[in-house]
Amino acid sequence: MDDLTALQKRSFELRKDIVELIRTGKAGHIGGDMSVLEILMTLYLRRMRITPQTAASPDRDRFILSKGHSVEAYLTVLAAAGFLDIAEATEKFSQFGSPYIGHPNNKLPAIEMNTGSLGHGLPVAVGMALAAKMDGKDYRAYVVMGDGELAEGSVWEGAMSAAHYRLDNLCAVVDRNRLQISGSTEDVMALDDLHARFRSFGWHVIDVADGNSVAQLDAAFAQAEWHKGQPSVLIANTVKGCGSAIMENKAGWHHKVPNDEEYQQILQDLAARKEAVQ
Amino acid sequence: MNTIANRQVICDTLIQAAQSDNDIVVLCSDSRGSASLAPFAQAYPAQFIETGIAEQDLVGIAAGLASCGKKPFAASPASFLSTRSYEQIKIDVAYSSTNVKLIGISGGISYGALGMSHHSLQDIAALSAIPHMRVYLPSDRFQTAKLMKALLQDDKGAYIRVGRNPVTDVYEENNIPFEMDRATKIGAGEDVLIVACGEMVRPAVDAAALLQSKGIACTVLDMYCLKPLDKQSIIENARETRLVVTVEEHAPTGGLGSMVSQVLSAHYPKKVVNLSLPDEPVIAGTSKDVFAYYGLHAEGIAASVEQNL
Repeated sequence: MDDLTALQKRSFELRKDIVELIRTGKAGHIGGDMSVLEILMTLYLRRMRITPQTAASPDRDRFILSKGHSVEAYLTVLAAAGFLDIAEATEKFSQFGSPYIGHPNNKLPAIEMNTGSLGHGLPVAVGMALAAKMDGKDYRAYVVMGDGELAEGSVWEGAMSAAHYRLDNLCAVVDRNRLQISGSTEDVMALDDLHARFRSFGWHVIDVADGNSVAQLDAAFAQAEWHKGQPSVLIANTVKGCGSAIMENKAGWHHKVPNDEEYQQILQDLAARKEAVQ
Repeated sequence: MNTIANRQVICDTLIQAAQSDNDIVVLCSDSRGSASLAPFAQAYPAQFIETGIAEQDLVGIAAGLASCGKKPFAASPASFLSTRSYEQIKIDVAYSSTNVKLIGISGGISYGALGMSHHSLQDIAALSAIPHMRVYLPSDRFQTAKLMKALLQDDKGAYIRVGRNPVTDVYEENNIPFEMDRATKIGAGEDVLIVACGEMVRPAVDAAALLQSKGIACTVLDMYCLKPLDKQSIIENARETRLVVTVEEHAPTGGLGSMVSQVLSAHYPKKVVNLSLPDEPVIAGTSKDVFAYYGLHAEGIAASVEQNL
């Protein structure tokens, strides 16, 4: 089994970690966690130049989770990359006085910025990418946004400045799961043709047909690294709630804690999906 | 009469500091002219970032730069900076603890006749309410330079509001008492304590002179540090005087007057008179005319003191 396939298999183990976190904390944005997981895995376990040993290095790649409500997936991936201990995070998630709260907390290792309110990440990532250019360093800035988040005007302010300054060291990812809390993104506030929108803002657009495929994401991030003169955006077509049929493509699972019955079903589904990865 | 505006002093200070520190970055939102920062942009183009008319982007980018070790100074009219980018200030600067210095230019009613859209009479209240945010309103060009040099030495976020026009000096070039986060005491009168900030300090000092000629002795506290507020100086000086009066270029709620009243009600209860602009869109006019209309010039402040003594 090659590395990418092994990683794809592992995604179903991490999904189990996410479910445990949410069950312990009695809260969590499970649908978006499941859609964004492979994006975070590909970044932290494949593409980004950052390790627990280099987490404070001025040359490290920078990352900001603009859709901060997917913190359960983020903590799980940070643990898989060795930045923190998943048992501790699970035990303390959303507990009184805990640093493991319901959105990214930059008091934890590797987390650069606090997020939670949508539309903040892209401008901040522009600042990070500009800093690299100013200092002649080759680190890259990554930002992951939700699709519903793109209704925030600040996203498009950031999109303009990233293109204006030709920030080819900046790579944005849209977790395009097509659902937000009230329903379909196209019903709530239409985004299509999203590719054309980003292109018209001066971006290099890379479509990822299966945004839950580590192999496809890995190739797309590589393409973004090669592309010069423009910022790149990966439009990753993901499945909200990916991993179990009971939550897939259901807006009702945007924020939900599985009950005992659902929990058992999810675990069964995750085991079967893992088994199916060849 | 001084012809150098506080905003120009900020530019001069940053140009001087950038000579030996290439981490200093100035950001403007199509505001380099009104901020008097065009000379910086010319002198250090590689350390200057234009964001266009996009205040949320301005502060977000500044926070990203700061997280990578840069020392950003983001300048934009106070009216827009303190409202349009409020959430970026709250989250990307204060909550994430980034070293972003926010320069609110043309503050208060500097843009007098342009209307309420261009006034920032809510900024002290709004910015002070954010945990971790610091708020400064320097009174004259000398204090502005001292404050900027002090802020260049630290690594925490702060909001600095200055006005558009040159203001009469409060201090003298070779005598500028300044201690970071401590109010500057001017005079030692035993009758009245006048606590003022920003461009209201000079008329407060002039009011004290008018009152002196009538036998009323005033102490003026230049409370340039709204947050952290110098509570100790307020309490100590309130003990020495019969009446406390606050003067600010701000709405009546949540600014200097509210803060001083809160401190004294807890530590040394006594009458506090708050002088400010009213809770309504202010009348059109030059800032000088508007201040006079609402009694925020020397004569008006002196009259309020006499009425309340």
